Amino acid sequence: MERFAALVDGLVYTRSRNGKLELIADYLRTTPDPDRGWALSALTEGLSFPAVKGSTIRNLLMERVDPVLFALSRDFVGDTAETASLLWPKPAGAVMPPPTVSEAVEALSRMTRVSVMSELPRLLDRLDPSGRHALLKLATGAMRVGVSARLAKTAFAQAFGVAVEDVEEYWHALGPPYAELFAWAADGAEPPNTGEMPLFRPFMLAHPLEDAELDLADFVAEWKWDGIRVQLVHAGGETRLYSRTGDDISHSFPEIAEALSIPAVLDGELLVRGAHQGGEAGGAASFNALQQRLGRKTVSKKMLDEYPAFVRLYDVLILEGEDLRELPWTQRRARLEALMPRLPLERFDLSATVEVGSFAELAEIRSGARDESIEGLMLKRRDSPYVAGRRTGLWYKWKRDPLLVDCVLMYAQRGNGKRSSFYSDYTFGCWDGDPDEGADLLPVGKAYFGFTDEELKQIDRYVRNHTVNRFGPVRETDRSLVFEVAFDSVHESKRHKSGLAMRFPRIHRIRWDKPAHEADRIDALRALVRD
Amino acid sequence: MTAPFAWIRPEPHGIHVAPANCWIDPSQPVANALVTHGHADHARGGHGRTIATPETLAIMELRYQTREGGLPAHYGETLRLPGDVSATFVPAGHVLGSAQIVLEHAGERVVVTGDYKRMPDPTCPPFEPVACDVFVTEATFGLPVFCHPPIEQEIAKLLAARERYPERCVLVGAYALGKAQRVIVELRRAGHHDVIWLHGAMERMCRLYEELGVPLGDLRLVTDAKKEELRGAIVICPPSALNDRWSRRLPDPITAMASGWMRVRQRARQRNVELPLVISDHADWGELTATIEEVNPQESWITHGREEALLRWCQLHQRRARALALVGYEDEDD
Repeated sequence: MERFAALVDGLVYTRSRNGKLELIADYLRTTPDPDRGWALSALTEGLSFPAVKGSTIRNLLMERVDPVLFALSRDFVGDTAETASLLWPKPAGAVMPPPTVSEAVEALSRMTRVSVMSELPRLLDRLDPSGRHALLKLATGAMRVGVSARLAKTAFAQAFGVAVEDVEEYWHALGPPYAELFAWAADGAEPPNTGEMPLFRPFMLAHPLEDAELDLADFVAEWKWDGIRVQLVHAGGETRLYSRTGDDISHSFPEIAEALSIPAVLDGELLVRGAHQGGEAGGAASFNALQQRLGRKTVSKKMLDEYPAFVRLYDVLILEGEDLRELPWTQRRARLEALMPRLPLERFDLSATVEVGSFAELAEIRSGARDESIEGLMLKRRDSPYVAGRRTGLWYKWKRDPLLVDCVLMYAQRGNGKRSSFYSDYTFGCWDGDPDEGADLLPVGKAYFGFTDEELKQIDRYVRNHTVNRFGPVRETDRSLVFEVAFDSVHESKRHKSGLAMRFPRIHRIRWDKPAHEADRIDALRALVRD
Repeated sequence: MTAPFAWIRPEPHGIHVAPANCWIDPSQPVANALVTHGHADHARGGHGRTIATPETLAIMELRYQTREGGLPAHYGETLRLPGDVSATFVPAGHVLGSAQIVLEHAGERVVVTGDYKRMPDPTCPPFEPVACDVFVTEATFGLPVFCHPPIEQEIAKLLAARERYPERCVLVGAYALGKAQRVIVELRRAGHHDVIWLHGAMERMCRLYEELGVPLGDLRLVTDAKKEELRGAIVICPPSALNDRWSRRLPDPITAMASGWMRVRQRARQRNVELPLVISDHADWGELTATIEEVNPQESWITHGREEALLRWCQLHQRRARALALVGYEDEDD
């Protein structure tokens, strides 16, 4: 556990990506099995111990430390696990040596909601503050050390000189502590067999198109649909539907899973039938309609009838045993087009390409995307292979410009982690009438990004100097600061008193110059609803 | 008879000792100031008369060029002030020249600690506890999460980083008065006798320490170094220069910072620190609470820092306490 704790601390303090890769690779090379496998699982957030919750840690501390002192400490430190690791009292008497990672994982997985209250303390007693911090992070499943699953896998590939694409491929066939993966990469054993399993293959992703102009001889344009990106896999007689993060969502969309019986791996956008996106013919409903179907364990007949789902196909990765990923996009597209007649029309259609003569014409179409209620455009290199992750120069997303509205800052909450001393989460509102005639502000959204570190400091100072009320970590301000808020779309919602909710709101500009009564009214925001 | 301790009053701009018409650590110019130590949030220029230890007066002279009006008070010496008030300066163990001020009037004794610590510091005499009726204490690190480790452990971390990366240099951010010199002396005690390179803003204070009898070994200015000479070296700069353009001249520096705040991970991250060194010149939670118990005052007054938590502790231990709302004291870069 000491080495793992040192790794976690190293990752917290190391800023550079290469530095992080080196730290992880070094750890993986020099740590024995199965400790390194458990550590890798923890870094990729593949471990879960239901008995240990944030509240468990809080309750353990309350038995040992005055609640007020704990709350004040937590507020300052900004992280419950770290606070607990620092406040944990020295055990009386002799203690056993620190546990290994495997020992800790084994003990944690045996714990129940009841036994955790006596068994977790026994582990904590054996560790120093840094070890306690690492253990609690591992136990609650949120490492937050600035390492994505992808970065951890890249470090694994770097440690043993294997291709990260292969790591990604085998990853989903295996589970913690990934013994076979280490056997293959570190000891040269046979790779795991993935052919007959309905496995998730990592998605190919796109970079945002900055101000560049692309040559349409090299790139093809497609609509960017506002649903959720999915992968549909049929292998070994089974069909699975995966979300972008590789979660199996087949049970929420049984009609889709039933519709594919050809062994294949397909990439597309999951949508609900409707006329909201792309007009009446072959249109799709808004994202809001799709949301009614997400996250359900069972689906009623009514749901299936009211919100019928389908997949708009973008790409084909594997078809009837043949891996097409190395082929250029044009050839994969031809194979996909040829496949379409064999798929049920009710559940599948093909994402049309946008045929234009010039880039300027494309820019014009994009600016009209708002009227069509489409998210924007995709630009794909015609000769691009299908590669996992975000490789530069192959695929670009070109989103439509965001909507903007001027809101007034109402509440600010202290952030967590790196922002623990700053008021960084903002709730803002619009006027419910004429502010000069006594109208009130109603909250319409919450945002915590879109500003620079320097601006964060300025807003933080502003909040502290314009506080009228405090509620724990929240401050109510005097409603004098205007934010220009950018968002992708706005929908009816019961979450806010205003009856509206924004998608992807972020602070676009801070309008230090603008008086609050000139901010927008709810009506202006409501006029942008396209449900 | 007047109310107890009515002769000493906390005001927003300092502690006012009314019968003697003088102020302790005032944040505005006054006629008569008693100054605990040389840090900028306690010692300001422009007073009519300043009473402080000779070391603190020398530090103030260096910073504010204020020679006139200085009245030295040696440790242990009792000064008779107007209004039948006496003042004694007692070591606080914070930085060179730092003192607690013991005030006596009408049979009551008040101790104002200024800033203090209990851990050993080779650059200044150790804190001396004085029994009193009112103990006016700081609370910079007044949260139970603060527990400063032995300095040897942190110095070893610094030397290990230097060993591990002989091609780089270790850049240590340390407050220019006190922290920097303490780190240098501790490095020497740990056997590091190579040149230690300084940011220009450190130089005069280090020279003054040497003049006042604290030898620091071979110190040179970064501006006089060739880049090659700095590989494998230790460089000390004020915290504000850590991420400044200034540090670009250094060979791939490992950014370290010597501060009690480094105990909390995100505080280190906010400053882009790669090598946090938990070294503080303030009392940690254990020292603050143990000192109150040792001094055992009738009342504790808490001046600045995380006073809420220390108040709570006093309440839990049936000790009378109050927080003073003084302005101008900062969470300096300790």
